[in-house]
Amino acid sequence: MTATPIADTFDPVAFIAMATRSGHNRTIGSRYHAHGKYPDGKGWCELALDYREDLVSDPETGILASGPILTVMDMVTSISIWLTTGIFQPQATLDLRIDYLRPATPGQTVIGRGECYHITRSVAFVRGIAHDGDPAKPIAHVAGTYFFTAS
Amino acid sequence: MAITLSPYARTMGFETSRDAEGHLLMTMPYSIAMRGRPGFVHGGALAGLLETVAYATLSEALGSDDKAVVKPINVTVSFMRGATEQLTYARATIERLGRRVANVEAIAWQDDPEKPVAVAQMNVMLSR
Repeated sequence: MTATPIADTFDPVAFIAMATRSGHNRTIGSRYHAHGKYPDGKGWCELALDYREDLVSDPETGILASGPILTVMDMVTSISIWLTTGIFQPQATLDLRIDYLRPATPGQTVIGRGECYHITRSVAFVRGIAHDGDPAKPIAHVAGTYFFTAS
Repeated sequence: MAITLSPYARTMGFETSRDAEGHLLMTMPYSIAMRGRPGFVHGGALAGLLETVAYATLSEALGSDDKAVVKPINVTVSFMRGATEQLTYARATIERLGRRVANVEAIAWQDDPEKPVAVAQMNVMLSR
């Protein structure tokens, strides 16, 4: 079978606008930051999570809870897959591992960046980082896998 | 010992209770604020519930006399089934409580604890 180039139909900006209008992404207040493709065609996406006192884990330290950061990392890694394939297709998170390198600085906006680094017919492999201003000093690393539920 | 919920946990509407054996349970009532893809709870909300019940269980096990500061090292969350628009339960088991590191497993379920929707494995540092 000859491979036919498929035009990218997935629009991450429109998707994020829709996904953050209601539901859990709205609860935590995440918003679009950036997206793109690497020269090899693999996609990446960034969301911003603004600091909020009602999302902290401990009022004394003011450190952001990890739950909202995980939500952001789940979303950016998911979107990186659809950017890679160029189409939206249903998928389920198999697992997501997060390494907490250091606490987020209170008051700082957190940026989550996810990328899809390998894809098979059934599974997408993703990774990402979260930082609070300097991508060279990440607060967390993630690695995860997704399963295409329709394949 | 009373469980103090974090601002994040209160925003999420997490509630604490006990099972028949006195084991700490944490529940997450369903609302639109938890929704991920249509019809299902967001994986990030499930992960937040699992981490919260793990820390609360660890804090109880340490007791109020222990001044150890609990810091997350990492968490691996496996998602087994889609969590639907209903109440989600979670509980945690401390697999090892060392002086410097604790290993905790937390599970979340809806209808049947034998059919978890998600499981988290956590490594936690105890700074003394």
